[in-house]
Amino acid sequence: MKGPQPLIFELSSPGRTAMSLPAPEVPTPDVGSLLPAQALRHDPPGLPEVSEVDVVRHFVNLSQLNHSVDNGFYPLGSCTMKYNPKVNEDAARMPGFARIHPDQDEATVQGAMELLYSMDRYLSELCGMSRFTFQPAAGAHGEITGLFVIRAYHESRGEHRTKVLVPDSAHGTNPASAAGAGMEIVVVKSDERGNVDVDDLKSKVGPDTAALMLTNPNTLGLFEENVREIAALVHGCGALLYYDGANANAIMGKSRPGDMGFDVVHLNVHKTLSTPHGGGGPGAGPVGVKSFLEPFLPAPLIKLNDATGMYAWDYDRPQSIGRVHSFNGNFGVVVKAWAYIRSMGPDGLRTASEHAVLTANYVMRRLQPYYDLPYDRACKHECVLAGTRQKREHGVRTLDMAKRLLDFGFHAPTIYFPLIVDEAMMIEPTETESRETLDRFIDAMIKIAKEAEEHPEVLHDAPHHTPVGRLDETAAARKPILRYTKES
Amino acid sequence: MGSPHRYIPNTRADVEAMLKAVGADHIDDLFADIPEEFRLDRPLTMPAALSEAELMSELTRLASKCADADGYASYLGAGIYDHYIPSVVDHLISRSEFYTAYTPYQAEVSQGTLQAIFEYQTMISELTGMEVSNASMYDAGTGSAEAAIMACASTRRNKVLVSRAVNPRYRQVLQTYAAPRGIDVVEIDFCKHRGVTPVSRITTDLAADAACLIVQSPNYFGIVEEMEQLGAAIHAAGGLFVAVVNPISLGILAPPGSYGADIAVGEGQPMGIPMSFGGPLLGFFATTGKLMRKMPGRLVGQTVDSSGRRGFVLTLQAREQHIRRESATSNICSNEALCALASTIYMSVMGPAGLRKVAETCLYRAHYLRDRIESIAGFTIPLSGPFFNEFVVRSSVCADDMNEELLAAGIIGGKSIECDYPELSGCTLWAVTERRTREQLDSLIRELEVLA
Amino acid sequence: MSAVKYTRDHEWVKVEGKIATVGITDFAVQELGDLVYVELPAVGDEVRAGERLAAVESVKAASDVFAPVSGEVVEVNEALEDEAGLLNESPMDEAWIARIEMSDPKELDALMDRAEYDEFVKEASH
Repeated sequence: MKGPQPLIFELSSPGRTAMSLPAPEVPTPDVGSLLPAQALRHDPPGLPEVSEVDVVRHFVNLSQLNHSVDNGFYPLGSCTMKYNPKVNEDAARMPGFARIHPDQDEATVQGAMELLYSMDRYLSELCGMSRFTFQPAAGAHGEITGLFVIRAYHESRGEHRTKVLVPDSAHGTNPASAAGAGMEIVVVKSDERGNVDVDDLKSKVGPDTAALMLTNPNTLGLFEENVREIAALVHGCGALLYYDGANANAIMGKSRPGDMGFDVVHLNVHKTLSTPHGGGGPGAGPVGVKSFLEPFLPAPLIKLNDATGMYAWDYDRPQSIGRVHSFNGNFGVVVKAWAYIRSMGPDGLRTASEHAVLTANYVMRRLQPYYDLPYDRACKHECVLAGTRQKREHGVRTLDMAKRLLDFGFHAPTIYFPLIVDEAMMIEPTETESRETLDRFIDAMIKIAKEAEEHPEVLHDAPHHTPVGRLDETAAARKPILRYTKES
Repeated sequence: MGSPHRYIPNTRADVEAMLKAVGADHIDDLFADIPEEFRLDRPLTMPAALSEAELMSELTRLASKCADADGYASYLGAGIYDHYIPSVVDHLISRSEFYTAYTPYQAEVSQGTLQAIFEYQTMISELTGMEVSNASMYDAGTGSAEAAIMACASTRRNKVLVSRAVNPRYRQVLQTYAAPRGIDVVEIDFCKHRGVTPVSRITTDLAADAACLIVQSPNYFGIVEEMEQLGAAIHAAGGLFVAVVNPISLGILAPPGSYGADIAVGEGQPMGIPMSFGGPLLGFFATTGKLMRKMPGRLVGQTVDSSGRRGFVLTLQAREQHIRRESATSNICSNEALCALASTIYMSVMGPAGLRKVAETCLYRAHYLRDRIESIAGFTIPLSGPFFNEFVVRSSVCADDMNEELLAAGIIGGKSIECDYPELSGCTLWAVTERRTREQLDSLIRELEVLA
Repeated sequence: MSAVKYTRDHEWVKVEGKIATVGITDFAVQELGDLVYVELPAVGDEVRAGERLAAVESVKAASDVFAPVSGEVVEVNEALEDEAGLLNESPMDEAWIARIEMSDPKELDALMDRAEYDEFVKEASH
């Protein structure tokens, strides 16, 4: 494997360039005659001066330092790193989608509007909801949008509810989003089966509760068995139920949040609906609601004029929470998700979830003899194991095992999350991995468990075969270097 | 058990073997914990699966119902611009190793993404003249809202001043985010003649308890604001100065760091990112060293590995939601990393000279068009302030009628802005990028002359 | 030198006259791992016992430091601003966090002595 690469700034040579621009073709007076002197830039920005070949080699070399879905198994729990179909990339790059401006007249973007309109129908059916907005650009963006909607709903009824209940197993975005929506967070405990502790919930839900945010299956990969009772409790006090769709890959065509009693959902299309993660984004976090919440969704939505067959923006939404994105959300990402849904069809979506759940259970049961399994019940699309015995008996931490896994050509699982499991390893294989790949991963995990017993030092020093060795995060945080400077 | 599918590799035999290993007879046994009443007992009501060829036909049908900027000469801007994207940008972001990776949580196998973000942070810092940049926000609208929230947190004040010449959509996003937190948003009106935000309107009374002043330059009308004076006014009252900037304009315009901005945000889409009907975009976000730890979003830092070699990691994570939870500086998790990569490649291709040249070309062509339109009877330029590549036109012809005529001639005309600015009735906003050729500009002028 | 008192949130406090010097315990530091940043209060801040006084950060965690006693912050340990690692080296001495001029020294009576604290830590880690 390649080792560390120079920074592009270190390749810079004065006068070199990769740009290609047309001549102005119009009068070119002194810039100072068009703009006030005070407004002008004096020193050019310190961008690199490199040739096109330099740019290409530099970024290709950088790309080769990455692990990705396209070069290997990526069982990062809660992230649903399934295969990203290539044809979807072609779809989003079609000029009729990629080269249109959001302010174009509706008549000139009917195809894009039809796509969004039909996507709303597909997602509503998938989730048992009534209407979706596509403005949210990511899952957390969807969460805060959903909470703005919930807040607006309560206020429309003259109720000022200030508390959002969040299980202790929840993603960090849940409490952060609730705080962003001006809410106070109340943490609900999990019980010994990994479900929401219903007694604890009972003691915390009340007339000041705005909502309960729930991930189902939850971050332990377990279905909330008491979801009916939970919904009844929450609704019983006038609060709403929010569905964090991070784990929706477990239930497509098998069960729907709307049927379970959820009032608001967001989907992470970059997880469940196969769009690539792009090294951290862009994703998309469309939010769906039951019909009574439709008036509060961000404006505009798309409406279809049945008589003319034309799609139009509907801005006339007086109760809307307003806008959460400058334009139409991550449309290019939604195009890919649309292509995925149409490629899968209802049968394919259901099969995908079934296989996602089967592969997770397979990995869990095969690894159960070697690692601790804090909740011994059928999991959904991901399983949570624990490295407690390795820590206790051999002084090997989950971090060490995760780093060692990189040496075998696999990405590590999500580690130290959920917070309620000591030395947690959250493994999500997804439905797009073959049994042979899973077996190779299982073999590597078994080998690592043996190494922990016999050669713990190999794990402490891991990884050994990656482009760089273990990196010093403490040094990075103590004296932050967040940019290149020429002197250094 | 569904039928075989190209994205699902396990065969019936694989499934049988795996079921056996987990001790289940049937896949549905694994779903037994879903209460029966919540199990969907029917297929989802949506169209049956398409083959790849059928899918492409259907997508082509939809895409062909859109007028794209290859077939039409577009003059729309207002935050999204039709700049040329060098071919290498898409080739490089199409590397699977970049776009099919996730957030670089395991640094040792994510150095490509991490180093690219570090280079991005450096370039944004250079471009804006600020000390630190984060790894990206969703767009300029949410970036502006996050800047306001950050200003409130660091000044412990609860009021935000924003110029009415800031993009109305950004102000709408700001309002959506501010209201639930109890942040008071006060709009500062612009000068009806010059189109700038007069510093005289930042009165001592208004500014006294303001967390920040948000000004866009070039503003929504394309006009360059008097940033130094505006910044000084808010600083005198102890508030922060938030500059919303167009990155291409920074090829010739003074960077926010040079006039004392505390936070610089903007829309990175002009740098190598397609318009895509308004997303995905790229909110860039930069600030001072002093405010670094109040910043929202991810940050990449330089460090060393076990043998002392340079490497990069996500850092200062204690600010973020996965550690600080409800006390995090923001709830943002997924950002726009691949768009940030596109802009990094774009800035590498352009270099300092290219960025200056593209900015100048936009400036010259926009001024040429403005001057020519002004000479047509029935068209006037209502705002007199200095502008970059976008300007407001008032015409006696109804904007909708005008744009319909232009469309027939292969032109997508300016955006009507009177909904957002009733005082600018009959006004449209026109943007000119380096993609609009002299020939296209002249042909637009001929069409307008006919309309007048 | 006066006796050191301890809180259940793992702060220590050393009293000289009306001035209470506050830090976090060796046990807390061991649990938190390598510390990378300390968010100090401002001199002049009024704090009440049990309220947030400061925060310490490791790479993967952030923990609030609570004021053991009420009063006004009269001095902060600026050395920690650039060198959070001092907390790992000398938590009970050089790496004090803040000095508070106490408004109600009786609050000290509710705190533990070292033997009690050690017992508390032993119980808590069971």
